[in-house]
Amino acid sequence: MLYINCPHCGLRSQNEFAYGGDATVKRPELNKEISDQEWDNFVYLRKSPRGKHLELWHHISGCRQWIKVERDTSTHEIFKTYKANEAIE
Amino acid sequence: MSQDFRLDNVGMVNREKKISFKFNGKKYFGFEGDTIASALIANGVHLVGRSFKYHRPRGFFGVGVDEPYAILQLDRNNERDPNIRATEQEIFEGLEVKSVNCWPSVNFDIGAINNFLKMFFPAGFYYKTFMWPPSFWYKIYEPFIRMAAGFGEASIKHDKERYEHKYEYCDLLITGSGPSGLASAYAAAKNGARVILAEDKPRFGGSLLTSDVNIGNQTGVEWTEKIIAELKSMPNVTVKNRSQVFGYYDHNMLVMSERISDHLPKTQKYLPKQRLWYIRANEVLISSGSIERPLVFGNNDTPGVMLSSAAKEYMKVYGVLVGKKPLIFTNNDSGYETAIEFKKNGVNPIILDTRSNPSSDIITEAKNLNIEIKFSYVVVAAKGYKKVKSADIAKISDDKKELFNIENIKCDCICVSGFWTPSIHLASQSGNKSKFNEKIDAFVPDKSKQQENTIGSANGIFTLEETIKDAFDKGFDVSNKITEKNNKVSVPTVVEKKSTDHDKFWCVPLPKGKSYKRFLDFQNDVAVSDIELALREGFRSIEHVKRYTTLGMATDQGKTSNLNGLQLVSDIENKVVPQVGHTTFRPPYTPVSIGAIVGREVGKHSKPTRKSPMHSWHEKNNAVFVDAGVWLRPRYYKQGNEGLFEASKREAKNVRQNVGVCDVTTLGKIDVKGPDAAEFLNRVYTNAWLKLPVGKARYGVMLREDGIVMDDGTTTRISENHYHMTTTTAQAANVLSHLEYYLQLVWPELNVNVVSTTEQWAGAAIAGPNSRKLLMKLFSNLDVSNEGLPFMGYKEADLFGVPAKIYRISFSGELAYEINVESDNGYFMWEKIMEVGQEFQIQPYGTEALSTLRIEMGHVAGSELDGRTIPYDASLEGLVSKKKDFIGKRSLNRSAFTSTDREKLVGLVPIDKTTSIPEGSYIVKDPKAKLPNPKLGHVSASCWSVEYDNPFSLAIIKDGKNMIGQKLFAMSPLKNKTIPVEIVSSHYVDPEGKRVRS
Repeated sequence: MLYINCPHCGLRSQNEFAYGGDATVKRPELNKEISDQEWDNFVYLRKSPRGKHLELWHHISGCRQWIKVERDTSTHEIFKTYKANEAIE
Repeated sequence: MSQDFRLDNVGMVNREKKISFKFNGKKYFGFEGDTIASALIANGVHLVGRSFKYHRPRGFFGVGVDEPYAILQLDRNNERDPNIRATEQEIFEGLEVKSVNCWPSVNFDIGAINNFLKMFFPAGFYYKTFMWPPSFWYKIYEPFIRMAAGFGEASIKHDKERYEHKYEYCDLLITGSGPSGLASAYAAAKNGARVILAEDKPRFGGSLLTSDVNIGNQTGVEWTEKIIAELKSMPNVTVKNRSQVFGYYDHNMLVMSERISDHLPKTQKYLPKQRLWYIRANEVLISSGSIERPLVFGNNDTPGVMLSSAAKEYMKVYGVLVGKKPLIFTNNDSGYETAIEFKKNGVNPIILDTRSNPSSDIITEAKNLNIEIKFSYVVVAAKGYKKVKSADIAKISDDKKELFNIENIKCDCICVSGFWTPSIHLASQSGNKSKFNEKIDAFVPDKSKQQENTIGSANGIFTLEETIKDAFDKGFDVSNKITEKNNKVSVPTVVEKKSTDHDKFWCVPLPKGKSYKRFLDFQNDVAVSDIELALREGFRSIEHVKRYTTLGMATDQGKTSNLNGLQLVSDIENKVVPQVGHTTFRPPYTPVSIGAIVGREVGKHSKPTRKSPMHSWHEKNNAVFVDAGVWLRPRYYKQGNEGLFEASKREAKNVRQNVGVCDVTTLGKIDVKGPDAAEFLNRVYTNAWLKLPVGKARYGVMLREDGIVMDDGTTTRISENHYHMTTTTAQAANVLSHLEYYLQLVWPELNVNVVSTTEQWAGAAIAGPNSRKLLMKLFSNLDVSNEGLPFMGYKEADLFGVPAKIYRISFSGELAYEINVESDNGYFMWEKIMEVGQEFQIQPYGTEALSTLRIEMGHVAGSELDGRTIPYDASLEGLVSKKKDFIGKRSLNRSAFTSTDREKLVGLVPIDKTTSIPEGSYIVKDPKAKLPNPKLGHVSASCWSVEYDNPFSLAIIKDGKNMIGQKLFAMSPLKNKTIPVEIVSSHYVDPEGKRVRS
């Protein structure tokens, strides 16, 4: 069970969190004309990297904040966690 | 039966307390502190089971977790427990155990015929035999394999025992209380670290209990007792026996199962049977010790052949002789300790040492004790069927290939020692890649991946002096890292006689003309010949060899067999062991009962139960409840002999004719507040929200980004910047997460807050033509006329002194209102509604009547919004704004979503007007068409229309828009029904929607 450092609450066990997928995906702006391809990329296409991955976690049984977690997908090592609005190093 | 093999005044069992127990129906005696194994051996019983495949007789091989043979089934306090290791289970008064995998009895087992047919059961025989003909699989092969599979029978009864989970945090977890565990725990605890020391056995000390050593001028046992007593007295130390750390997971989370009551006749009051500990440790020291490695020779599975360390432990801990004419077969000094122990207890052993000319203090001692030692000697084969009676022994050449002078000597047990295998399971589970240590011919942990270190013999350190010194250092080092203190304790002096020299020899060659089975995996009956066959057939990867032969796949997970298997493969392939590699170690290290894993989350505790504030009223009024997510909702209120069908019909009819009241507390409620709330809702919902006036509600549909409908519900503008959103019961939590996602990550510039208020409000929907009359009486000072409180209007009012919110919304399609009060006032509100509603023939209605009402009206719910439908499919396209953008809008332009013949919501009426259409039925044109019959759609919801008194269903069918009036068939292969139906509009009742606006 992962031990995730919520930037708002501190170290908490994984069972307080829900996984939220790739944190680098950016939603296209509203009212912007975009191609089918671009939209499909946003809705469906995700990379599944082995190694470092920036991902979203929702502290659902805690502060209810969405946070960003930089994690190694093969070793589960967590390098850093960020608040939703924090700049990524 | 008397305990013929019990020694006087030796061992640690409590001689004052005699305990009786039953094995296969026969009564035996042992002492408090005995295991089933030690007590049976004391009584001269060695035949306890039958092997898995060949049903060969099985005795005891080890003395602890590594036991591959003595798996029994236990009855304790009317509970049945299979897969009990006799070497671990302590006896208690009234214990009953029986053998498994044998019929009719362990002494006479029909299945043993497999042993004589063994040429037909080579490795992989399942794959070869059960392939053809294919039709045999279901009828013959599978039932046969099912019958033969497994050890013992699991109980199908509800387990009445209690199991608990515990979460614990510590600086340092130490797994095993042998010399290294004790030393490191002591050093770390003295340096201020919070330590948990876990021991799997009832007694602390590990190898110190049985080895003839001296630490700080004390015997191993005395030193153990001193250290344990001191550790127990320290407030920063938790010491646990009967506790197995069985799994090492991510981020230094380890799981331990503590057997609290398994050794007692009955679980004590206020205590669980077992407790599962989730331990998050800053640092871990793995001191899990090592397991003796067997030597492989002919018929080495005969009862009476066992590990020499086990024989020694039976003597020293339990005061039990495993035999009176022992043969010790060893390739190292450990066998000598066992021999000396036999000799001290008046039994004359013979040592066969594979080495030609070894020397050490302990060998000298054995010689001085006049123990007969034969160097360069091996056991060729054990003789005897149900128990060893003699052994063929031989002199072996220096290259270990030739056997000379084969002779037969009498013996009643053969104690084998093939040196030691470190237990690296936990280290390996932590992600540590192991490395092969040539000196000890075994794998040891390599570089740490997590915060762990392995110490003592688990790390391949086999001398006590080095072990103790290293463990004191490691205990100090890791505690210093955590506490930054420098309190160092002095390392005691250590005296030990045996050396760590051993012979690189594990498998005795077959003599010419003999074909003895030489077993590697004792539980799964994997012999040398099976491995040879697998390699001949082309299996190379050790993982493939394992799966093909089942080597190491039994419940003991190959604790005694893996290394010998690897050695054999590398010998045949002319490789070295590290080239062959080893199979993956996975948790659990030992079998864990399912009860312990589940803990308290059984029955109604498996998930929380949520009840509305009116729950007790529903109970008192004969409500029959249904699960709605974690909520309990009244399905119907039973009157007299009514069933679901009659009751729901009555309730729904009463809503259409008079007035009904329904508990709608469970609906999700979310407060949306802030200056940008309107803009936010406008982006979340498909329809327009910017112009909704204060005091008005609006129905809205929200999509996922892929265009699929996520949820629907009404949202009311309470004040300028305050909206009250409702969601369906099932989607409440998802919708909240969804809103938080967009507010926190996508549009953080929007100044909006959302919070769940589901539990803050109790809700009652009153519906039916009489509902306004009822409302007038409930709120006498309020203008509830159609002008004062129009459809989709909202008012705050006073309900007999209680503040209430009234929303004029309707799910039933009737004139209806929803009243919300603070949860604490819910019961009061409900009683008032029932009391005042009396004169208008009010009746409560449950979810079944609610369904009927909404289906008749063609209102969609979860069964239509099933995660596959876009707004068009559910006939919600009118709510999709063309002007503004919203979540998921871009997806609706995808070509599949704009195609004109998409499946669409329609109504169905059976042609005969009497046959109900099962939900889930397929809609087809021709019921007799060749399979696969083209499917036009499916029935999503069915009811008995109370308006027209005939069955009515909703269905989602291809090109539904143009299908109205067509006659098709609803087929339910599951219910074996084919029903001719007519497609009608989904708005079966009041299609113009006059009633809700009346």
